[in-house]
Amino acid sequence: MRFVDEFRDADKAHALAAKIAALCEPGRSYKFMEVCGGHTHTIYKHGLEDYLPEAITLVHGPGCPVCVIPMGRVDDAMHLASRPDVIMTSFGDMMRVPGSQGSFFDAKAAGTDIRMVYSPLDSLKIARQNPDRQVVFMAIGFETTAPSTAMTMLRAFSEGLTNFSVFCNHVTIIPAIKAILDSPDLRLDGFIGPGHVSTVIGCRPYEFIARDYRKPVVVAGFEPLDILQSIYMLMLQLSSGRSEIENQYSRVVPWDGNVVALKAIGETMELRPYFEWRGLGFISHSALRVREKYAAMDAERLFSVPGVRVADPKACQCGEVLKGVLKPWECKVFGTACTPETPIGTCMVSPEGACAAYYNYGRMNRNRVAEAVVQAARP
Amino acid sequence: MCLGIPGEVVEIHPEQPDLAKVNVSGVKRLINIGLLSDDPPKPGEWVLIHVGFALSKIDEAEAAAAMAFLEGIGQAYEDEIAALRGSLIE
Repeated sequence: MRFVDEFRDADKAHALAAKIAALCEPGRSYKFMEVCGGHTHTIYKHGLEDYLPEAITLVHGPGCPVCVIPMGRVDDAMHLASRPDVIMTSFGDMMRVPGSQGSFFDAKAAGTDIRMVYSPLDSLKIARQNPDRQVVFMAIGFETTAPSTAMTMLRAFSEGLTNFSVFCNHVTIIPAIKAILDSPDLRLDGFIGPGHVSTVIGCRPYEFIARDYRKPVVVAGFEPLDILQSIYMLMLQLSSGRSEIENQYSRVVPWDGNVVALKAIGETMELRPYFEWRGLGFISHSALRVREKYAAMDAERLFSVPGVRVADPKACQCGEVLKGVLKPWECKVFGTACTPETPIGTCMVSPEGACAAYYNYGRMNRNRVAEAVVQAARP
Repeated sequence: MCLGIPGEVVEIHPEQPDLAKVNVSGVKRLINIGLLSDDPPKPGEWVLIHVGFALSKIDEAEAAAAMAFLEGIGQAYEDEIAALRGSLIE
């Protein structure tokens, strides 16, 4: 039964691809950016670029919140973790991110008390169970994750917990998109908007892209057909001279987002004047910090962190990959010095990173295409 | 990962209405449904879960599609389920 479904999907995919190709103006090329790790996976796994005409290229943008944390901030977190009174708690995908002195994983192996948690609420529980220790939660992620940190802080506040704090590294997606749009390196024709971030922020925040930059945006679901349909919707807009925000994923994403979530973020956090993003440099109003009212839960206020800027390793080209200027395989160390087992930069460490996605799927696709060619050649 | 995973609401916690027991691929765990306080889910409904919080309600068809997608991702999804399994939200 699944085989039949896949076959039907392939038929529909080809039909959509034909409609997309029909909209391509002769001699013109199109570049669309997607920022969502889940979209990158779908694109690479199903080889969606092979369905598209040569004129269309897909570029992966800075949608990996782990990947954009600069090494200096990782060092700051390691510094906090190394305090004997601190239990550092972190999501799994942060564990192998390299700072200048190694990763959480390395530090843990050497005896530092760093514990993996699934949820900030687990971190809260550890704080309740260890009243004599300071529990710090390494808060990372875009607006998809910030509400969870916010709700956890509100809960800690109402319980009167005094040994729980947050090292806040939440980043916001819109300024990153704006930085890309303002960068001369890249000329984009439109965006495939992120899926689950949009369940929180809704579709309105993307309106400036259509209004001020005259580029279309289509918020997309995660199935291959969702992405192909979204590309079709982008092409329809371009061919009729429109630039609007459209929601292809309306079955999950509400236009206004999640108001409760946005209120929780607003209550506990505020925008930093600026924040350094790996590969993109300093971007204003692009990251969150804990509000004054919750200062007792702000790890940066409670403890001092070095705050040193650390340059990325010379060989690392994560910056250009994050900006979409380089494809993963164009990085000089991709697959050689830099692999998932021995990562140099975060694009390879994080499962959402473009390099990790391509490493896991891209090479499989090349083999699949080669096999198909061989099959077709058989009499 | 920034992805939400689908889970079916089994029951609302009798003493803490902000918590619900969900079934995610056979793993039953308590998660926080406080972000859906404007329209709380009922047993039998499906939600999109991210780091222990329900982000939005989804219908069963979308839940099945999301599950198929996540199973296709392989390791990252297995890691997420393993992490959820280790979670003890109360």
